[in-house]
Amino acid sequence: MLQIRYVWEWPVRLTHWFNVISIIALAVTGIYIGNPIISVPETGSFVMGWMRVVHFGFAYLFSVSVIVRLLWMFFGNEYASWRAFMPWLTKEGWSHIVGTFCYYTFLRRKVPYVVGHNALAAMAYSFVFLLFAVQVISGFSLYGQYDPNGLWASVTAPFLSLFSNQVLRLTHHMITWLLIGFAIHHVYSAWLMDVKEKNGTLSSIFGGYKFIDPKDL
Amino acid sequence: MQKEEQHVHDGMVPEDILQRWETRGVSRRDFMKFCSVMTATLALPVTMMGKIAEAIEGDNRPPVLWMEFLGCTGDTEAFLRANQPTATEIILDYLSIDYHETLMAAAGHQAEEAKRQTMEKYKGKYIAIVEGSIPTAEGGIHCTVGGNSALNIVREVCGDAAVTIAVGSCASFGGIPAAAPNPTGAISVSKAVPGATVMNLPGCPLNATNLTAAIVHFLTFGRLPATDSLGRPKFAYGKRIHDNCERRAHFDAGQYAEGFGDAGHRQGWCLYKLGCKGPETFHNCPTVRYNEGTSWPVQAGHGCIGCSEPQFWDTMTPFYERLPNVPGFGVEATADKIGLGIAAATAVAFGAHGVASALRKDDNSDADPVEKEG
Ligand code: HEM
Ligand code: SF4
Repeated sequence: MLQIRYVWEWPVRLTHWFNVISIIALAVTGIYIGNPIISVPETGSFVMGWMRVVHFGFAYLFSVSVIVRLLWMFFGNEYASWRAFMPWLTKEGWSHIVGTFCYYTFLRRKVPYVVGHNALAAMAYSFVFLLFAVQVISGFSLYGQYDPNGLWASVTAPFLSLFSNQVLRLTHHMITWLLIGFAIHHVYSAWLMDVKEKNGTLSSIFGGYKFIDPKDL
Repeated sequence: MQKEEQHVHDGMVPEDILQRWETRGVSRRDFMKFCSVMTATLALPVTMMGKIAEAIEGDNRPPVLWMEFLGCTGDTEAFLRANQPTATEIILDYLSIDYHETLMAAAGHQAEEAKRQTMEKYKGKYIAIVEGSIPTAEGGIHCTVGGNSALNIVREVCGDAAVTIAVGSCASFGGIPAAAPNPTGAISVSKAVPGATVMNLPGCPLNATNLTAAIVHFLTFGRLPATDSLGRPKFAYGKRIHDNCERRAHFDAGQYAEGFGDAGHRQGWCLYKLGCKGPETFHNCPTVRYNEGTSWPVQAGHGCIGCSEPQFWDTMTPFYERLPNVPGFGVEATADKIGLGIAAATAVAFGAHGVASALRKDDNSDADPVEKEG
């Protein structure tokens, strides 16, 4: 019997979509900030100004969203839990890691069937959360420089004294590209699992439900 | 009317002081200008002008010992060319500079003896100014004066000084001698003499107005101005160049010079795309400027190179690119080329994987309850 299971609770879905919107907006405005290709004839325009305003606005949204999701790892269901992101902690997790790896590399016929994240995806997400954290920290360190006596400058002072602001800027810039790479991989893998597992992976991030046949587990 | 008179009175410099300066050959206009530039640079209220004028004249002015180590004498040069008015007249002549290798008439043991006497007589009272960084490799043999290593000298002289002022980026942060691979093991003054009160005035060269203002502050209040976590006075290093830049409106608008001499460059557009490090650099160049307040790099059409930031030679290069090179990749590979490469490689890899997976029919789950139609 096919079961309808509620997998992704609303905070998970909500923060997921806030992240998507923010990352798109931040990547677009950020790449412009890094390399302003639009050049305007009017001195009265405010193109870079707006790009930065939008970047900083979404930066706050993104940071709050990431923090909420991180907190939810301790309050949410088993699929949202921090444990789900560290499959290497359990023996079963290890077998899923190996199994999924073999599936992706065409060495194995079937995907190890799981209700929540597949093991490799979960590991990729742990890494992506790390990138998020570095992006938020480096972003606010750069942001704080407009007022060296301000709140952000004092919070981020350790990072600025540990790394020069140019290193933080380069890191911030490179992680943008890594996140773009991740987005490509992520959408593709979600599609692949949707097709192969046929359990509604893609629609689950909208509605939260997956269609699970317990015989597959 | 009365209010206006009161205002003038508040900032007034006592008449007798003005007259004394006139007899010394500094016109009252020049002296007033000097006092007002100092109050403005230090961000003090104009009412402090009188107090500053008095302090410069006080009889308890401390002597100055100016030492030069691994540096290019650029800071001395900048100071000698200071105009406000002729800081040479007001600060140099009037402060007693008891030791300065470039300026003093004495030489050899005679000069060293004069230095020793000042240090003994004014122990704990004199101002030490250091230009250049201090080499530490191989026992500090890479810079010796009178047979003594720079490290020894700086420890002796700064250890007994009331305050030490590190002038220029080399003395403040190690500067160019300390740039990788730093063959002489050059270090900054504050690292060489950890216990001393050191104020850093980085810049390549430092801005002479800031040095004069710092000394005036010390003479007026008996202490150095408030500093930030890098030991730099906040009055001079409290704002980013980018946030005070006269080209900032062009930055916000989205108008950038793309090359030296192009249309945008000739119209004074922002130098961001030519590698300007104004967004990374804290200094008051845009407001104080150099050479009698005539100009400063960005005004002259060249991007800021971040010369007053720690390790600028290592962190701010390449000077004509916005971002540093990515470590481990060739010099020509910019961050964006590598990034695009990563994104493209991911797309290609997963695209190929997708085609292979779509063609693959053997991986259905056992329980797939799918009914095929037709
Ligand atoms: C997914 C998240 C983010 C992405 C993809 C992103 C992307 C970028 C990129 C590509 C740049 C240009 C870097 C350069 O070449 O100089 C940039 C600049 C910047 N970002 Fe982000 N960013 C993100 C999050 C944040 C956050 C959370 C903050 C926090 C306030 C932030 C603050 C900044 C600042 C201050 C700059 C420099 C702006 C300037 O110098 O005018 N960013 N960002
Ligand atoms: S010229 Fe440099 S400091 Fe001035 S606005 Fe442009 S980037 Fe900023």
